Amino acid sequence: MDLSLSTRTEGDRTIVVVGGEIDVYTAPKLREQLIDLVSSGNYHLVVDMENVDFLDSTGLGVLVGGLKRVRAHEGSLRLVCTEERILKIFRITGLTKVFPIHATVDEAVAAQ
Amino acid sequence: MPVIDVQFSALPAHVRTARLVASAVARRAGVADRVLDEVRIAVGEACSRAVDLHQRYVPTEAVRMEISDDRGRLGVTVIDAAPGAADADRDGIGSGRYDPASIAESADLAAGERPLDCLPDGFGLAVIRALADEVDITPEPAGAGTRIRMSWAVDGVS
Repeated sequence: MDLSLSTRTEGDRTIVVVGGEIDVYTAPKLREQLIDLVSSGNYHLVVDMENVDFLDSTGLGVLVGGLKRVRAHEGSLRLVCTEERILKIFRITGLTKVFPIHATVDEAVAAQ
Repeated sequence: MPVIDVQFSALPAHVRTARLVASAVARRAGVADRVLDEVRIAVGEACSRAVDLHQRYVPTEAVRMEISDDRGRLGVTVIDAAPGAADADRDGIGSGRYDPASIAESADLAAGERPLDCLPDGFGLAVIRALADEVDITPEPAGAGTRIRMSWAVDGVS
């Protein structure tokens, strides 16, 4: 399985829908997508990870990189994830303290 | 003795193959479903680390993975051939624990080209340590390379 990516906007938020496996092979695609979005002025990102089957530290590195980039523009990067096996890697690395994680895209979009 | 002994070229695309092999052996050995995810992620981390080191230091050498399931334990050993001492700190082998809270606060925007540049040293190994029941990291006797042995109880009781 590869990585799938699509984006859409809701108000001032940009939703990035990610599916498949985010690993050392596919993470560069997600990284490019996030860099492109920030470069074109999208500073409030919601990354929907509900269809992600696998996430490793390379993927976490890309998300942290994205967070740093939007923060440089006073932006935000919120995650949507309810899958326990994906949440687990955020928990064991302490990144639940770094990323706001929401149960739904609506909740993430509504959050300030 | 290893049940499976795999060698693969140091390319990111092959890390997924290594994960699939390890999880297939784990499933066959009777590892519980909950633990299978831990095996997949930890093996992926170890192989990603090895591929990354090989690409920088010994790109033509293959990464090795040995899998065994004896005495009620699944063991996966990932062996790289990269000069280890120089990378002790980057790998976290010789360094202390990382502090997750400091990650996003860092002013360093990580201009590096690699995703892992955004993470502190030792991050991948911290993940491995958190997921495997037992982890043993040893330098290869010849002086170049590191052996990461991870194991899990086959009955799923950690």
